[in-house]
This record gives sequence, C-alpha cells and structure tokens, in this order.
Amino acid sequence: MPRIVVDVMPKPEILDPQGKAIAGALPRLGLYGFVEVRQGKRFELTVDGEATQEALDKARTAATTLLSNPVIEDVTRVEWIVDAAAGDVE
Amino acid sequence: MNTETPLIGSYTANDAGQDLTDARVGIVTFPGSLDDRDAARAVRLSGGTAVPLWHADSKLYDVDAVIIPGGFSYGDYLRAGAISRFSPLMDRIIDAANSDAKMPVLGICNGFQILTEAHLLPGSMIKNDHLQFMCRDQRLRVENNTTAWTSSFEAGAELVVPLKNQEGQYVADEKTLDELEGEGRVVFRYVDHNPNGSRRDIAGISNSAGNVVGLMPHPEHAVEAGFGPDTSATGPVELRGGLDGLAIFTSVLKTIVGSKA
Repeated sequence: MPRIVVDVMPKPEILDPQGKAIAGALPRLGLYGFVEVRQGKRFELTVDGEATQEALDKARTAATTLLSNPVIEDVTRVEWIVDAAAGDVE
Repeated sequence: MNTETPLIGSYTANDAGQDLTDARVGIVTFPGSLDDRDAARAVRLSGGTAVPLWHADSKLYDVDAVIIPGGFSYGDYLRAGAISRFSPLMDRIIDAANSDAKMPVLGICNGFQILTEAHLLPGSMIKNDHLQFMCRDQRLRVENNTTAWTSSFEAGAELVVPLKNQEGQYVADEKTLDELEGEGRVVFRYVDHNPNGSRRDIAGISNSAGNVVGLMPHPEHAVEAGFGPDTSATGPVELRGGLDGLAIFTSVLKTIVGSKA
C-alpha cells in the first residue's frame, strides 16, 4: 500500500534540548566534527487505496494540525515514499 | 453534598467568610491524568463543589469553571497535550471559555500544555533546558491579581508551591512575549530561580479576557496541612504545612459566587 512520509523539525530559532544533548554525547564516542544536531520526527502514513492527490492533501492537513505544533516546529516534508527499485510510488 | 472525595483535612482553610458551595468546578480526567483528585480536593478544601468530568464527555454538566489538571495525558505521546486537545470535551471547554460568559479555565502543568495546543493560550512548552525532570518547591510572584484565578491575592504577592515537570520550558516568539508583557498577561513569574529555562521567567499566563490561565507549577499540592511544601512565601512553616496554593482556588470560587449574586 502507498505510504506518505511527513518530516517535522524544531524551528531553527527554537533551542532543541534533545539535539543539544546528542551533540554533547558524540565526542564522548570519539565522533568529532559535528557542530550541531537537530532532532526531529518522521511519520509514515499508510494510505488505504490509491496514491491520490487527495490523500496527499489530507496528509498535509494532518501534518499542520496534529503532527506538528507551528509555534515550535516546521513541517519540512510531505511526500510519497518512492520504492527505489521500481522508481515509482510503492 | 461533597461526599465523593473523603477529606483528611478540614474546611477551616476556607477563609472567604462566605458559602462557596454553590460554585461548581469541573475537573477533567484524561487517560493519563495524575492530579485530578488533588485538584478536586483543592476545590473542596477551598469551600467549593468539585465535579468530575471525563474527557470523552460531550457536555459540561453545568459547571461554572473547569480545571485541566497535571499528569501525562495520552502518555505525552506526539507532544505534551497534542492528542488531548482533540478530546470531545475540549471543544465544549474552548466554546465556553470564548463565550460571552467567559467561563474560567485553569490549566495546570500538563493542563497548561493542553491549553496552548488548544490555542486558548499562546506559545508552547518544550523540554526543560537542562533535560532533567525537575521536582522542587518553587517561589512565584503574582504579576496580575485581576484574573479569575488570582483575585484573592494582593498585588505582587508571592507563593511557594511544588513544581514537577520534564517539559516545562515556556517558549513563544518575541512579539508574543512582548504582547503578553504589555497586556499584563504574564500572571505568574518564577522568583529566585528559573527551573526550566522558560522565556522571561514566565510560570503562568492568561488569555486577554483573564478567564483562561495556564500555570506550570502545582498549587493543588499546597492546600492541605501535612501534604504541602515545608515553606510558604512568608517563611518556614511546620512540617509540610505550606498552603499558599489555596488562594488560587478561593479566587475562582469567589469570582463565580460574585457573578451569580
């Protein structure tokens, strides 16, 4: 069944405490060279039926009303998950 | 009357000098609410009548005010308060809060988060800047004593109540913060110590009408001798004798009784 991916990231101007904590942990693993880490969320919405524009529009509405809080987060991606082998929507 | 929640303490805490039992305050329980019974006790100890409400209810049972208590509604999945905001009862609460009657609504901790997700209050809550769960007795200053929930306080009064949260850092853009300050809508501010990195030491805010208030610390845990903080705003008290939270509940009860008179 076709799937839609929604990415939500904390706004650039909002301090991301979790990302900051991860950035602080990387050097303790010996992994240097990363100056910042931002932690976001990825949602996958599986569609019942065809991969229609209507389904994508509904996913966009879900992304802005429930999946993200516009005060602190940006929706950075709403698109079909493409099967790499087929080169098309799953 | 008032037989549902057994009380250990007495009603002597109600110093309002008037009968407040006609004031009915609804306490909403969501899946994962923790402090609903404490909030109901606080209403009763202050002299009012507490009415339990279930989040899936579609009516408000003629309550005069609503408290959205602390806890971890829906496990704080997605974001704190994000899923609760779409409960059937929240639509009724939003309508009543925005109606001409301007029903008083108080959101405490998780309830504050729900009120921001419901857009009854601006801004949002993110994880504490130090990433730790924080539990301490916190001193606050009442910056606005004209709201439905703070009218029993003297101007500039301070109170000490417990604070406990992981996601209590209040954030909003500079324009919103300036508006809140300019319109006197910063209702409570942290004193001595900012426990979570909240912008401008904000602990609680109101909507423009003053009937909707969100507060991160927990006044309902400072209402009963033996179960409160070890200090009050006026100094040390006997063991766990801090009762500074009571005035928030007597404020709304008196507001309700006054509006009915």
